[in-house]
Amino acid sequence: MNAARRKRLYLEDLTVSFDGFKALNNLNLYVDPGELLCIIGPNGAGKTTMMDVITGKTRPDSGTAYFGDAINLLQLSEAEIVAAGIGRKFQKPTVFEQLTVFENLELALAGSRSFLKTLRARISPAERKRIDEVLDIIGLSEHLGSLGRILAHGQKQWLEIGMLLMQNPELLLVDEPVAGMTPHEIEHTAELLLSLAGEHSIVVVEHDMHFVRSIAKRVTVLHEGQVIAEGDMDKVQQNPRVIEVYLGV
Amino acid sequence: MPSSMSSPSYGILGHDRGGAWFLAILVLVAVAVPVLNLAVPPSSAIHLSAFGITLIGKYLCYAMLALAVDLIWGYCGILSLGHAVFFSLGGYAMGMYLMRQIGPRGVYGDPILPDFMVFLNWKSLPWFWYGFNHFPFALAMMLVVPALLALVFGWFAFRSRVTGVYFSIITQALTYALMLAFFRNDMGFGGNNGFTDFKDILSFDLHSDKTRVVLFLFTALALGASYLACRGIVESRAGRVLRAIRDAESRTRFLGYPVESFKLWVFVFSAIIAGLAGALYVPQIGIINPSEFAPINSIEIVIWVAVGGRGTLYGAIAGAVLINYAKTYFTGVFPDAWLYALGALFVLVTLFLPRGIVGLVSTNRKTAAPLRVQAQKA
Amino acid sequence: MRQLHRGERWLFLLPLTLLGVASLYAQTAKDATFLSTLGELREATYSDKAHIVERLSQTGHRNLRQVLTAFMEGRLYYRNSDQHIFLAKTADEDPLSLIDPITLKSAGIAPNDTVTAIGTNNSLRAALRKTVARFALSSDDTEVRLDAVREMSRSLDEETTTLLRVQEKVEKNAGVKREIATALALAALDGTDAKARLDAVNTLKGSISQDVRNRLALLLGKSPDGAGFVESDKKIRDAAAAAVSNIDMWRNFYSGVETLFFGLSLGSVLVLIAIGLAITFGVVGVINMAHGELMMLGAYTTYVVQLAMPGHIGLSILVAVPAAFVVAGLIGVLMERTIIRFLYGRPLETLLATFGVSLILQQAVRSIFSALNRSVITPDWMSGSLRLNDALAITYNRLYIVIFTLIIFALSMLVLKRTRIGLDIRAVSQNRSMAKAMGIRTELVDAMTFGLGSGIAGVAGVALSQLTNVGPNLGQSYIIDSFLVVVFGGVGNLWGALIGGTSMGIVNKLLEPYAGAVLAKILVLVALILFIQIRPRGLFPPSGRAAEDK
Repeated sequence: MNAARRKRLYLEDLTVSFDGFKALNNLNLYVDPGELLCIIGPNGAGKTTMMDVITGKTRPDSGTAYFGDAINLLQLSEAEIVAAGIGRKFQKPTVFEQLTVFENLELALAGSRSFLKTLRARISPAERKRIDEVLDIIGLSEHLGSLGRILAHGQKQWLEIGMLLMQNPELLLVDEPVAGMTPHEIEHTAELLLSLAGEHSIVVVEHDMHFVRSIAKRVTVLHEGQVIAEGDMDKVQQNPRVIEVYLGV
Repeated sequence: MPSSMSSPSYGILGHDRGGAWFLAILVLVAVAVPVLNLAVPPSSAIHLSAFGITLIGKYLCYAMLALAVDLIWGYCGILSLGHAVFFSLGGYAMGMYLMRQIGPRGVYGDPILPDFMVFLNWKSLPWFWYGFNHFPFALAMMLVVPALLALVFGWFAFRSRVTGVYFSIITQALTYALMLAFFRNDMGFGGNNGFTDFKDILSFDLHSDKTRVVLFLFTALALGASYLACRGIVESRAGRVLRAIRDAESRTRFLGYPVESFKLWVFVFSAIIAGLAGALYVPQIGIINPSEFAPINSIEIVIWVAVGGRGTLYGAIAGAVLINYAKTYFTGVFPDAWLYALGALFVLVTLFLPRGIVGLVSTNRKTAAPLRVQAQKA
Repeated sequence: MRQLHRGERWLFLLPLTLLGVASLYAQTAKDATFLSTLGELREATYSDKAHIVERLSQTGHRNLRQVLTAFMEGRLYYRNSDQHIFLAKTADEDPLSLIDPITLKSAGIAPNDTVTAIGTNNSLRAALRKTVARFALSSDDTEVRLDAVREMSRSLDEETTTLLRVQEKVEKNAGVKREIATALALAALDGTDAKARLDAVNTLKGSISQDVRNRLALLLGKSPDGAGFVESDKKIRDAAAAAVSNIDMWRNFYSGVETLFFGLSLGSVLVLIAIGLAITFGVVGVINMAHGELMMLGAYTTYVVQLAMPGHIGLSILVAVPAAFVVAGLIGVLMERTIIRFLYGRPLETLLATFGVSLILQQAVRSIFSALNRSVITPDWMSGSLRLNDALAITYNRLYIVIFTLIIFALSMLVLKRTRIGLDIRAVSQNRSMAKAMGIRTELVDAMTFGLGSGIAGVAGVALSQLTNVGPNLGQSYIIDSFLVVVFGGVGNLWGALIGGTSMGIVNKLLEPYAGAVLAKILVLVALILFIQIRPRGLFPPSGRAAEDK
């Protein structure tokens, strides 16, 4: 296997069933390094279950999940998967409401997580620089002293993405980032995600087709736990199965 | 500037105005009490009696206890309804030392066995009483025993993710069970009557005013030190992790922090402060018995913190002193009204004053945290 | 209201009084002889007294057994002023409550120094015992006959043995017959005929009485001279040894059953308390620290109801149940409307606020009823015990509480599963916003639920008033245990409360003999902490809103 063909994430033959219902059914999916992949699909297609498997929240019945060529995700705990470089942004924004933007980012800094270490931890110049960078990326430099709870909905989402960025993850999983956002906020989010691609691999799950079209180079359509179509947005939209799934029935 | 960021506290208190006030008052009291007692003649109107010293000393011990509860409840969201356990265990450890100090001066005159053991017809000292005649050992036990119990209990509770009201209930049960246990004579801790009739500590007569003043000063010192230690914790990154756990536990876990371990550390540290408070309480009050374990005591501590304002350390201290002063006053003047007042306080504070008195005072002021970061940016 | 009440009592007593008067006339002649013979006892010597007792027994008077029993127990007195003879309810009381020997009704009270006791000595008491037993043997009441046989088997001699032999032939009741056989076998153990002794041992094998066991064990001991055994025949000794171990086994078994029952009754108290807690926690997500005090209110309601209807203690308990439900339920609704509804979603604050309410309720009760314990009278139908056999007796109050708990449990289930309000409650507990969208008035449901849980706490208080003292601290003594039940069983689940409560009660009582009551409690707590390591959400994990983590 040559270097150019190496994938960031390999999901192969994944099956997850809940009480007989197959949430994932022999799912095969790959993510390239630096790629921005969008995943769409109707409710119950298995999008969230797939994310859960990648982050260690759900264990599959069968199949494999590798992060890079060497890291078997199925053998790692949730915390270990985070440490390995996979960050996930949940659908509902959860930032620490009683901490400032700055403190939110500080807690997300890579570094030791032990009590005694954090008790003595001081922010190094390099860390300070990283925080400033991220603040800049997410556009919250002006708000670094504001408590999380007073941020607008969109700002909370960006702060959360910022918190993921603090750990410099190689793979970002982003669950419905623009739900409930104003058009202006959506635009800003699209820019943000696009600017992050390349340096990070990003998987976005989203319902908003307009948004997906504006950011995605490659789109994967899930249905009943399987990939039914893959390619750029136009190609996917012309796929008869996709049309059937979305419009038919 | 990076340089100012790498040293997050400027001066030992920084912007902590309430804390500065508290420490100033504490120093003032620590100076005034000995002067008013020892230097002012007893005939003078401003002379402070031995009773007065004991009373203020008691308030300071309670303030430490409130500090301990606030650290875990106000900052980490762990509502312990059993913190009197650690206080009492510290107190009992001190009590054991003081009992051994009595030596042959007890009613029965036994050189080794405390009176109650002679009374129960015991022939030899139980093994767990060994070493308590040495002060350093006893001192260590005052801190180690509460810490150990907190460690074991907390390990089990946090590991199985017992949170919220579940944790509160289990801690209530813990203090209740220990109260029943200490009521038993065959436990070897004096049963119903506990320990009393102490004579001296480190060969100083406990009944002399000078000893009382020194004990008081140690209490003030311990309170000040505990305050600074707690402040050190809550102002560190660990403190921010604790607040993060309080507000969104699973999110903190997802950031990779070992939530259980943080809780355990801070719980144990809190137990140590409570144990120290108990150890200082006993020689001043002169008695320790199983009723200190009563479930209501633990709940009362929580109300001190709630009234003062949880999540601010000086608020907890203010609440403890204020409520206990009110208790002293009310139980003296209108004994029947006290429980009504306390009950109403619980209801009214939770309904109308979620941030306590401190919240009332500083509603219009910006909170401490943003100030700090803005200062850092400048 | 009081007036009316007194009138009712009179109406009730009138027919009885008339009846008493009528029978008095019919019996007058017999009574007169009886009384005069009885009167002779005043002056008689001990040996005369024995003769008088003999003559009394020949009168065959219907009160003979009661009077002679009183005499035997030193409860027979004459009044110094008029030399009239009375029985006393209890000996050596001051003042004594007197009972008329003819009507057997209360005859007022008298200070100790205005009456004189009619004395007995050992031999007289022995004679009396036999006479009383003989009369008792011919009683129509099976219980009385049974007691008589038991009494006689304790001091067997030729005369009693003969009496029993006679009775054995005419006795119809199987229980009494068995008891007589046992007594006769005990007597036969002293006989000289080895065959008869062996048969006796074999008969006694089936008994489970402690007395029989001790008597048989005696056979196995060394004889007083130390040379041989009390029972010389080895075969009989072996049989006796086997019988002793057989009896021991059965007695152990029954004491095990008794322990289980104690555990069950303690457990059902916990269940009763936990049902209310489970309802409030399951639906409104509130740990109600005042739950114990609502129970206390229920217990005080029982006390007040008894004060209001002094003549009808038996009935008062039945009236108290709905009354306590209403009182505690209303206080619960009041709490919910004024305090708790402002604190939904903040469980720790609710816990503190309800604790404040508990302090206020406790103090209020102290102000109204004083801090002293009040005694609630146990009605006759609840006192005493159901004697199942020689080794096993079950007290009625505990038995009724077990039954009562099952009824309350079934009713709560029924309300939740089969009624409209129950459906609403379940809907709200599972998905509040959906329930609201469907037009359920969630605010009303919250208040009703809280009232229901509180009302059941009040009902639990009625039950508790029959078991312990009614005082301001009543609530606190059980509440921590019942919180543990809720944690063990799974918050908000009635089945969890039932199974959690019974098993905790039983485990507690099973441990007690080995570990002592306090250590048993501590062990249960430790076991619970270990248990939640495996099942953090209890036996029946909650579902719905209460389960969701913040």
